[in-house]
Amino acid sequence: MSDEFTVYIDGVEIAARPGQTVIEAADEAGVYIPRLCHLPGLPPHGSCRMCTVIANGRSASACYQPVSPGMVVENDTDDMLEHRKALIEMLFVEGNHFCMVCEKSGHCELQALAYRFGVTAPRFPYHWFPREVDSSHPEVIVDRNRCILCARCVRASRDLDGKQVFHFKHRGPHKKLSVNATARLKDTDIDVTDAALDVCPVGALMRKRRAYDVPIGERLYDHEPIGSDIEHRASSAPDPVEPAEVGS
Amino acid sequence: MSEDLAARVSAICREYGSDAGRMMDITRAVQAGFGCVSEQAVEVIAAATDATVADVESCVSFYSFLSSEQKGKVVIRLSDDVPDRMAGFQRVLDAFSDELGIQPGETTEDGAFTLETTACIGLSDQAPGALINDVPVTHLSSDSAREIVRELRRHMDPRRLVHEEGDGNNAHPQIHSMVRNNARGMGAILYTPYNRGEAVNKALSISPKEVIRAIKTARLRGRGGAGFPAGMKWEFARNAPGEAKYVICNADEGEPGTFKDRVLLTERSDRVFAGMTIAGYAIGAAHGILYLRAEYKYLRPFLEAQLEQRREDGLLGKSVVGREGFDFDIRIQMGAGAYVCGEETALIASCLGGRGDPWNRPPFPAVEGYLGCPTIVNNVETLCCVTKILEEGSATFCEYGTRQSAGTKLLSISGDCLRPGVYEVAFGITLRQVLELCGAEEPVAVQVGGPSGQMVGESDFDRQICFDDLPTGGSMMVFGPDRDLLEIVENFMDFFVEESCGYCTPCRVGNVLLRETLSRVRNGAAEPQDLDHLESLGETVRKTSRCGLGQNSPNPILSSLENFRHLYEDLVSEAPDGQRRSFDLDRAVQEAAEITGRDPAHAG
Ligand SMILES: Cc1cc2nc3c(=O)[nH]c(=O)nc-3n(C[C@H](O)[C@H](O)[C@H](O)COP(=O)(O)O)c2cc1C
Ligand code: SF4
Ligand code: FES
Repeated sequence: MSDEFTVYIDGVEIAARPGQTVIEAADEAGVYIPRLCHLPGLPPHGSCRMCTVIANGRSASACYQPVSPGMVVENDTDDMLEHRKALIEMLFVEGNHFCMVCEKSGHCELQALAYRFGVTAPRFPYHWFPREVDSSHPEVIVDRNRCILCARCVRASRDLDGKQVFHFKHRGPHKKLSVNATARLKDTDIDVTDAALDVCPVGALMRKRRAYDVPIGERLYDHEPIGSDIEHRASSAPDPVEPAEVGS
Repeated sequence: MSEDLAARVSAICREYGSDAGRMMDITRAVQAGFGCVSEQAVEVIAAATDATVADVESCVSFYSFLSSEQKGKVVIRLSDDVPDRMAGFQRVLDAFSDELGIQPGETTEDGAFTLETTACIGLSDQAPGALINDVPVTHLSSDSAREIVRELRRHMDPRRLVHEEGDGNNAHPQIHSMVRNNARGMGAILYTPYNRGEAVNKALSISPKEVIRAIKTARLRGRGGAGFPAGMKWEFARNAPGEAKYVICNADEGEPGTFKDRVLLTERSDRVFAGMTIAGYAIGAAHGILYLRAEYKYLRPFLEAQLEQRREDGLLGKSVVGREGFDFDIRIQMGAGAYVCGEETALIASCLGGRGDPWNRPPFPAVEGYLGCPTIVNNVETLCCVTKILEEGSATFCEYGTRQSAGTKLLSISGDCLRPGVYEVAFGITLRQVLELCGAEEPVAVQVGGPSGQMVGESDFDRQICFDDLPTGGSMMVFGPDRDLLEIVENFMDFFVEESCGYCTPCRVGNVLLRETLSRVRNGAAEPQDLDHLESLGETVRKTSRCGLGQNSPNPILSSLENFRHLYEDLVSEAPDGQRRSFDLDRAVQEAAEITGRDPAHAG
């Protein structure tokens, strides 16, 4: 494309187009920038901060930051690694995550990031806040113990399903996922086919009775670290990549 | 559902055009009318405004002055900030609590009183202070707290608690408040006589571009904290495409220990409104919004009357000062208790009727702000400076201050000094000179710029107050030799934890962890490595947070670690016997002793 320009990520030249964000340009070029709240196909949210990079000398979230010609991005550096590990640990101690008994294990992006970055046990103390589980709906369960407030379900319900099933309540450390009903999930217009149910990166929002459809050992991150699919793009012939369909 | 409630809530919605964009006003009015925004009220509001129940709940649960639970007819909100604590907050709280027979956070059984604590209410120079409904009460003591409750039981009218009015406009019938200005330093903005209409007339006699040039020539930088050049911001907004543009005055003044905007709004509202009008002319806006923090609600009737007067005088409204084609008016948007709403994008989100979550930039508000239109947000003091520049010319304005920091700055000084109050000083003044001005006799530490700023000690007293050395939005707390600095730091962290919007991970979780680690240090339960932990964790929160709140929230810890490291080291260094110096065996085994019901073996 004629208006393409060059951006440097950790010294490597990649091609980018006007209007792209740093993460979009990096994805196309096969450079993995870690992320949790970002999902191609949904508008960016910028809450997890995993994708923080240094762009032209300033901290920026790659899922929001537009590229500009000649931009210099620091991504895979020791500093960034430390910050990302700290963010992963923060999410682990904020919620109540028990990977060994979690149905999502192996499919969980938070767990996969911890493995990729070598976070085995958090240095920080757990908050142990009590969190609500809402299993009122016959087909769907919300387990707030595992929610990382990424707003993927909020955005997917609004933008893909044309509903507004999810929202947030309260602020600061009290912030929590809410449902659009004065009572519980069963009182909302959520449907088991909603795209909102395909996007949760952790095990906070799930269809009931499907947890073990894919056996442990054959799950997304059982064989390759999270991000490998993106990194493979760099080695294979770099076809122009369409953003992955949500829910596929 | 009570039909009466439904009818009254619907009427409130209609008053604001059943517009979800006015959710703040609607929910505030419901809160004022019913003492809460109940589940039923939420349903009525959602139906009337075409919002979802979740939207309304999200908004109500975000702000501390809104609640889903029933509050008493009189809500006593005692200001819990460091200067309040230094002036006897705890005694006053205990007195209120005892006299009312309830704990903080509770409501009396008869539904008459609720007792709460709240973040700084902008009265640190007359601490301890409280808001009783909207009425500020100052210089509280345990005696006056008890007396207030007894008196309220007689008439239940907080306004009648004002027995002696403050100085200046505080005694104006529309304010009628015991608040005092404590305006002490003499300076150009606060003290020079004011010729109503002069600045607006002068601005309109030149072109908008020339107005922006005048602001640039005066090298005016924002007084709200970040110091962004005002002229440049205005130029962005002027050049940004858009039919409608907006001018917002940031009167959220939430940084603990800041209260100078309170004095400007009380005594120099004309300069504020003139500044907004001039900004409107310069960028091509027809609408202005004054975002007034909930704590300053007592100033609202007065400010509304001032606006009305300006409309009558042709200084606002259609064809301002007879100028065909320049229409400009101002409305007041009340906040509802959220420090983060002082951040300009959160402020705009709040004006739009929702949670005060900041945005990611870009887009910058000057390009895409309120209702997606180019919007400038300026601090109260910045806008007063604008008026001043138009009145006296850019050159006169620059006579004060330094090359990089032109003009004067209002400081809000509180804490251990003889003369707390508002001082107008020229940029470039040293901290030592400021401390002399306010009568700080034995300053050991000064918190410059509020909790978001820096805690500095003696070795920094010769630094200059200005954007390139020691910047400050105005808050300045002085601490004498008897203060426990780490307790103060912990207090600041409590503030950030409560005031984080919760959107991003580092600020929502990181601040809790920073506070927890600090508190372990203070309790003698920390290891020397915990100090490194504090530093690296602070660095992550600073570097990865989404807005200025999180980017600055580790500052109290990081700056005190830098400037008062020995305080931390004393608490974590090992004593010769191998135990930590602050380790308290009795306290450590206390719980076990209680559970087993036995005295510890080492006791006695
Ligand atoms: C958490 C936070 C709180 C803020 N509070 C205020 C405030 O109360 N008043 C204010 O003028 N600016 C406040 N600011 C700064 C504003 O975002 C913005 O920079 C300012 O209003 C711009 O006006 P100025 O350029 O005239 O200073 C705050 C910033 C942050 C990050
Ligand atoms: S830094 Fe804090 S206040 Fe700002 S967006 Fe993040 S959580 Fe909200
Ligand atoms: S992926 Fe960018 S902030 Fe979450």
